[in-house]
Parts: sequence; structure tokens; C-alpha cells
Amino acid sequence: MSANVAGARGSPRVALAALTAALIVSALVAAFIIAPPEMEMGDLQRIFYFHVASAWTAFLAFFVVFLASVAYLKTRAARWDIVAISAAEIGVVFTSVTLLSGSVWARSAWGTWWTWEPRLATTLMLWLIYVAYLLLREMVDEPERRGVFAAVFGIMGFADVPIVFMSVRWWRSLHPAVVTNEGFNMDAQMLPALFLSLAAFSVLFAYLLLVRTGLGRSEFRLAELRQRLYWRQEGIDLDE
Amino acid sequence: MATAFAVLAKDVRSELRARQAVSGSVVFGLLVVVIFNFAFDLEGEAGEAAGAGALWVAIVLAAMIGFNFIFAQEREQGGMEGLLLSSPDPSAIFFGKLAGALLFTLALEIVLFPAFALFAGVSLLSPGLPVLTLLGTIGFVTVGTLFSAMAVTSRSRELFLPLLLLPVAAPVLIAAAEGTRALIQDQPLGDLLPAISILGAFDVVFLALSPPLFQFVMEEMAS
Repeated sequence: MSANVAGARGSPRVALAALTAALIVSALVAAFIIAPPEMEMGDLQRIFYFHVASAWTAFLAFFVVFLASVAYLKTRAARWDIVAISAAEIGVVFTSVTLLSGSVWARSAWGTWWTWEPRLATTLMLWLIYVAYLLLREMVDEPERRGVFAAVFGIMGFADVPIVFMSVRWWRSLHPAVVTNEGFNMDAQMLPALFLSLAAFSVLFAYLLLVRTGLGRSEFRLAELRQRLYWRQEGIDLDE
Repeated sequence: MATAFAVLAKDVRSELRARQAVSGSVVFGLLVVVIFNFAFDLEGEAGEAAGAGALWVAIVLAAMIGFNFIFAQEREQGGMEGLLLSSPDPSAIFFGKLAGALLFTLALEIVLFPAFALFAGVSLLSPGLPVLTLLGTIGFVTVGTLFSAMAVTSRSRELFLPLLLLPVAAPVLIAAAEGTRALIQDQPLGDLLPAISILGAFDVVFLALSPPLFQFVMEEMAS
């Protein structure tokens, strides 16, 4: 039976992997070949396509953590807890990519690896909140309690993000604003690269989430089987 | 309401008898203020520029020590089951606990503010101070109460609370410190508005979220 389940899940996974690969290749082509070099920054600006896409994906991931946390508190179904932890891990990875790529860019564009600017500070706080989320899960042993505490923190942490952004906003902002009231503040030839990498990263996120939740489900099954084995060895009959 | 008040009265009574949380935190807070003054030389202009941040860090660190006590007794003596049995309304218990923690933190601040003003040689007297302090304190104490309920049931609870509370309460720290700095530097009261609105937003969001979430936490504490 379990082989059937794995088979049914296998095909969308392969399709999604193929789609991800295709989108990543086209995003690379669009970013490095089609898009013109930026007027002032030159080729350096190309990091922007992946920087923005990873920031977007991180927010998407944390939103998924929030939704899964609410669903877990409502249903107490282990699958929502698995979705939440999976999305949180992926979100932390993409936030790290955002911080690192931004830092590399800032070294050349602003002359410093780091500056206390609202968007940077917000992103760093976001990273810290979800690293704390992952550590919290290590500190609570009992699975259901771990799920509830993590969900509570997942909801509070996500509600915090807009306030963190507000709280750091009244410092002067250096960060380039791409989307303004007048529309996109960039060359039309750059747009395909931006949108393709946004799409590529989003689909990559979906793929990683699928793989990671699959792993989480296996872990869950394994823990269950271990428990049953232990009970059987102790002579406790469960199937009565 | 009656339940919340009963929980508050019980906690205040037991704190008055044991004097554990307040005295420990006050001394710790004073130590942090003194150390910051030595480390950063917070007199005069340096105090005006950086003192507010040091002050709020001292307050939050000292308050966090006290937060560990909010649910500690309930955990040790099976008090949580008692509380759950005595009241059908978990959010009343939350508000009772929150009021206790709030009183405790305000008591801490009443000692730390004059001590800081004295050591750093700045004036904190301003009609803006009570507003800022109350809004800021409500903010991080609400989150602190919720998270300390989770902390008492987990391994390494000493690490648990600061690790969760500090990143989430960061906007409160930032806004309260920025507001207090404007106040120390004698800027017009209108300059406090961004800080006050951020603190207000934080308070509203977390006061709305915490009681329903506490219900889930409490079920886990009693089990």
C-alpha cells in the first residue's frame, strides 16, 4: 500500500523537478544574456534578480508557516506541523541567501557589507525569529506539545514582521525601491529576468516543500513504527 | 474579570511573601545599568545619545528574569490543573497573569528610571514618559507572559524565553528606546508620535493574539 502512495506522489514530484530546472535555466539565460547591464552598476546589478526572488520566496515560506500553524492548532493533524517545519527550514535558507546576496551587492554598490537600514534590519530580525523557531522545536520533546508551541510562535512571529518593518522604517532608507507608485523602476528588457527568476524560485520552493514534507512524513512514520516495535517487545498488545 | 482579579491577587500575595521575582530583578537591572554606565561612559552627551537604548536593554533583561517566575509555581505544585479546574475561561487566567507581570515590571521601572537618570545625569521628566513606558511595557510583557507559559514546560527553560522573546519584542525595544531618546534630548512631544504609534500597533496585535493562543499553550501545560 505504501508503495502505491509513493508512486502516486512520485510523478508530480518529477514533473515539478523538471519544471523547476527549466525555469531556473531560462531565468539564468534571461538574467545573464538577455537583460542589459545596468547603467551605473554594470554587471553587478544582475545579482538583483536572484536577490529579489529569494526574498520573495522567504516571505512566501513564512506565510506558509503561518497558515500551517493556524491549521495545526485547529486540526491537530501532524501533517500541518510537518508542513510548518518544512516551510520554516526552507524560509531560513532563502532568507540567508537574501542576506548574503544583498551583502555581496552592498559591498560594491554602497561600499559596505552591512548597514543598519530598515529593510536589512527587518530581514535580519526575520531570520532570527525563524532560527529561534527552529531551535524551539529542538527544545520541546513531546511531539504534540512541540507542534502547539511551534504553531503559537509561528503565528506570533509572522504577526511581528510588519511591525518590525514599521519600527525600522523611520530611519532613512538607502535601499533601492524597484516598485514605486509610477510602476516598475527599471528597463523593460530586465523584466523577463526578474519575473522568470521569481517564477523559478517559487516553483523551486514548491518542489523543496514537497520533498521536505515527504521526508517529514517518513520521519513521522518511522517514529510511529519504532514506538510500536517497542511496545511489541515490551509485550503490550495494541491490536486488541 | 473576577477570575483575572483572583489570579492577580494570588500572585501579588505570594510575591509579597516570597519577594523573589521583584528583588532579584531589581538588583539585576541595577547591575546592568551600572555596567552599561562603566562600559559606555554614559554621562552627558553620550548618555543623551545612547542612554535610552542601554536603559531599555536593562529593563528587558531584568524583566525577563522575573518572567521565569510567572508560571513557575503553577508548574511545580500542579497549580496549572487547579487553575484550569477553577475557571472555564483561560483568557481570564491569561489577563490575571499578565496584570501581575505588568505590575512587577512597572515596579522594576520605578527603580531603574531614577537610578539611570542619576547615573547618566539626564532628565527623564516629561509627560511623554508615562505613555511611552506604559505602551512599551504592555507590549513586551504580553508576549513575555505567553512565551513564559511555554518556557516552563520545556527543557532548558532559561534559554527558551530570551531566545523567543527578544526577536519578537525587538520592535518594542527599538521604538521605546527611540522614543525615550527623543524625550531625553528634549525634542518636542510630536517627535514621540512614530514611537507611540508603533508601540500602540504592537500592543493591539499582541493583546488580540495572545489570549486565544494562550488557551492552546495552557492545555499543554496541564497535560
